[in-house]
Amino acid sequence: MSDISKNLQQQIVSACEEKRALRIAGGNSKTFYGNTVVGEAINISGHRGIINYAATELVITARSGTPLQEIKAALAEHRQMLAFEPPQFSDSATIGGTVACNFSGPRRAYAGAARDFVLGCNIINGKGELLSFGGEVMKNVAGYDVSRLMAGAMGTLGVITEVSIKVLPVPEIEITLAFECSARKALDDMHRWSRLPLPISASCYDGDRLFMRLSASENAVDAARKQMGGEKVAAAKDYWKKIREQQHAFFNSDKPLWRLSVASNAPPMHIDGKCLYEWGGALRWLESDESATEIRKQARAAHGHAILFRDMEGTANGEKFHPLSLGLQRIHKNLKTAFDPAGILNPGKMYPEL
Amino acid sequence: MSTLNTHAVDKQKLIKQLQHIMPARAVLHQREDLRPYECDGLSAYRELPLVTVLPETLEQVQAVLKYCYQHEIPVVARGAGTGLSGGALPHADGVLLSLARFSQIIDIDAERRIARVQPGVRNLAISQVAEKFGLYYAPDPSSQIACSIGGNVAENSGGVHCLKYGLTVHNIQQLTLLTIEGELLSIGGGGLDCAGYDLLALLTGSEGMLGVIVEVTVKLLPIPERAQVILAAFDDVAKAGAAVGDIISAGIIPAGLEMMDRLAIQAAEDFVHAGYPANAEAILLCELDGTNEEVSSHVAEVREILKISGATEVRTARDAAERALFWAGRKAAFPAVGRISPDYYCMDGTIPRKQLPHVLKTIASLSKEYDLPVANVFHAGDGNLHPLILYDANKPGELERTEEFGGKILELCVEVGGSITGEHGVGMEKINQMCVQFKALELSQFHAIKHAFDEKALLNPGKAVPTLHRCAEFGAMHVHKGELPFPELERF
Ligand SMILES: Cc1cc2nc3c(=O)[nH]c(=O)nc-3n(C[C@H](O)[C@H](O)[C@H](O)COP(=O)(O)OP(=O)(O)OC[C@H]3O[C@@H](n4cnc5c(N)ncnc54)[C@H](O)[C@@H]3O)c2cc1C
Ligand SMILES: Cc1cc2nc3c(=O)[nH]c(=O)nc-3n(C[C@H](O)[C@H](O)[C@H](O)COP(=O)(O)OP(=O)(O)OC[C@H]3O[C@@H](n4cnc5c(N)ncnc54)[C@H](O)[C@@H]3O)c2cc1C
Repeated sequence: MSDISKNLQQQIVSACEEKRALRIAGGNSKTFYGNTVVGEAINISGHRGIINYAATELVITARSGTPLQEIKAALAEHRQMLAFEPPQFSDSATIGGTVACNFSGPRRAYAGAARDFVLGCNIINGKGELLSFGGEVMKNVAGYDVSRLMAGAMGTLGVITEVSIKVLPVPEIEITLAFECSARKALDDMHRWSRLPLPISASCYDGDRLFMRLSASENAVDAARKQMGGEKVAAAKDYWKKIREQQHAFFNSDKPLWRLSVASNAPPMHIDGKCLYEWGGALRWLESDESATEIRKQARAAHGHAILFRDMEGTANGEKFHPLSLGLQRIHKNLKTAFDPAGILNPGKMYPEL
Repeated sequence: MSTLNTHAVDKQKLIKQLQHIMPARAVLHQREDLRPYECDGLSAYRELPLVTVLPETLEQVQAVLKYCYQHEIPVVARGAGTGLSGGALPHADGVLLSLARFSQIIDIDAERRIARVQPGVRNLAISQVAEKFGLYYAPDPSSQIACSIGGNVAENSGGVHCLKYGLTVHNIQQLTLLTIEGELLSIGGGGLDCAGYDLLALLTGSEGMLGVIVEVTVKLLPIPERAQVILAAFDDVAKAGAAVGDIISAGIIPAGLEMMDRLAIQAAEDFVHAGYPANAEAILLCELDGTNEEVSSHVAEVREILKISGATEVRTARDAAERALFWAGRKAAFPAVGRISPDYYCMDGTIPRKQLPHVLKTIASLSKEYDLPVANVFHAGDGNLHPLILYDANKPGELERTEEFGGKILELCVEVGGSITGEHGVGMEKINQMCVQFKALELSQFHAIKHAFDEKALLNPGKAVPTLHRCAEFGAMHVHKGELPFPELERF
């Protein structure tokens, strides 16, 4: 438990005065993600501790450097959870880094992303101002929703120092059903089921089999299982952990790993390589040597975008994220200026101009 | 307050120009034609715009914005005008831009469970059309028969089912926005997230300050197999408040969890005869939905919890008709209160749930102090209070006393860690309380965000975020002039 926000603020104030770039480091579990930042490290991991957690209020507030593990453990004691099921990628992952990347796991399509559960944030902007937005209440429309804007901004708009997150009860029971099928059939089935009031909480097609997780009361899960068929998977918890943490055999490759966020019912893409489907078809992991131009073209045609998630060769620096339209580029630059006029916070982490 | 319009707008020239852009019938400028637009749902605030326009095409909206941008004329967007914070209150020197004619549901993609709609589409109309696909749009403000989806996005509206299904921000996927320059931006994407910053979140709840929403893609959900409502009566408001926490700690998230106090119960009962227990100090309505099996087990569990929490009576609706009746009283609570008092003022604060007993007690004593009765109706599950202050605008001084009382309630919400608005927005109404909720630095950050979208401050000027100057006058905050980071921001 320690509060080093004054210290962090001081570092940012002087970096701003001297126009020195800062590289924001949480647990360093996700440094592979995004473009390389050249700058002096500002380390958040010492800023840790759960500040407030009342199970009946369904909210937890923690300093941003608090390890994700510590938060999950505290919630588990009250049979609650982070419903966006964030990946950790390493034991050192922090809650601040998780929110900054808006990382969400298998439950995302059914419960929401990290950004959906963010209720409030304290941040230090690029001028070194400590600001507080949102709060611990479920509904709050006073002022612009800066807290959610921080989710996925990858530190380029501010250093998150504290975050309040809505939490949910752990479902009574979870089972996973598996179905052997083609990609086409898997997509069809996922869509057919998602239109019915079934307690689905995760879906994944790994190239051979479709896995569907059900979460609800025991009788509801049993009833859904009868309706859907399939085979009950024995070590289901481990399966979803491996998908979430990218430890599944699929991810064991030296090819570039692309993350495609597309219309869920887009047909399987014509790209050489392997594809793993999650989120009812809306998230596709692609291992391929195909050119960025081609992958982005197909992602766009499927109403989505593509991120180079892991770049094995390290040659694509600066171009990992999907290019923005000119209009959006302008708004992004203006927002960057609004929060970080000197351009010192994680410059280039997302886009070269931010 | 606004330094913007030191130059007088040439009204005749403006009308002529607007008539070039769209048919003359779509440009209203006579006093009597402008009357219907002088206020939104908060009728205590009124102002006539210079002109009201009712464009029908995207190109027309674009042309209006371009013209206003070029000539520095304020623009206020308006949906259905049901807002309760004066957000759509016109600007005396500006154009009121009604999106009412944009009322088409463009497409429902049942497979992806999304609907692409124009901004003027009524909230309820979406669910009505989606029903044939077994789908519905979850956020259900009580005004849903009238309010527009564009207004819902601008206010991040909620409803009784938000506890489980989230607010507008959780239920939309894509927006098309026109900037004040008339530039078309596509925000969000066809997938579940998008490239770059989460502008979808930033725009939701931005009260028409950042751009004009011209299309919305909403997410649809499968209609639950079964929904069942339980009514519980309590002889003590605090016990009812505690029961809310008990249900949630048992791991159950009801679809809706609403509370009414004695005065609200009586008013509703007299109006719709829902069969509410007449002597109760408070009632809870708890709706459980999901698969048939799950609802059955949750109904049994919740009934037990409510009894242990001290409910004097627990009823479960026997059938759909009784379920509708239980809800009828809650849904008609505002008009019901309207029947027992010449005027009422609806507040909208949020608090951490555990503060419910303390806040209700304090409101009760403020009610005595101001000599104005209060009926409480609220989204108890997410701590969103709607105290309705009963007053009579014809009695001199009573409106002012009511507003002061309302302000005190909002400040109380902030004091216990809550917010001055859960779903109705700041608009014109809560502009002073923003100075209590936020410090000068945060307000300056808001102004900087506004500047990123609307550098000339033409969209809905004077709303949602107070100038630091105004806060200094309000006395809630001390501004050291020399420290203002953006002196030019005064005009926002
Ligand atoms: C009886 C009653 C009950 C209500 N119950 C609820 C409730 O349960 N929950 C709740 O959340 N609200 C409730 N409200 C408030 C209100 O209905 C909502 O705020 C609603 O979303 C407003 O929609 P509207 O179309 O009427 O918007 P308007 O009142 O016309 O406008 C509201 C704001 O949105 C902006 N705006 C409108 N359209 C656009 C657009 N296309 N682009 C950009 N900006 C735009 C306006 O400038 C304004 O700032 C209630 C109101 C009434 C009268
Ligand atoms: C397949 C199915 C579909 C349904 N679909 C709908 C629907 O779409 N909409 C809808 O509104 N309803 C629906 N119902 C509910 C139905 O109309 C009855 O209300 C319901 O079956 C009653 O069962 P329950 O377990 O909920 O008991 P309750 O609703 O709790 O009980 C019904 C009555 O019995 C009494 N009671 C029950 N249990 C207790 C107890 N433990 N202690 C004291 N008194 C008790 C209560 O006073 C209550 O008035 C559905 C029911 C089924 C089985």
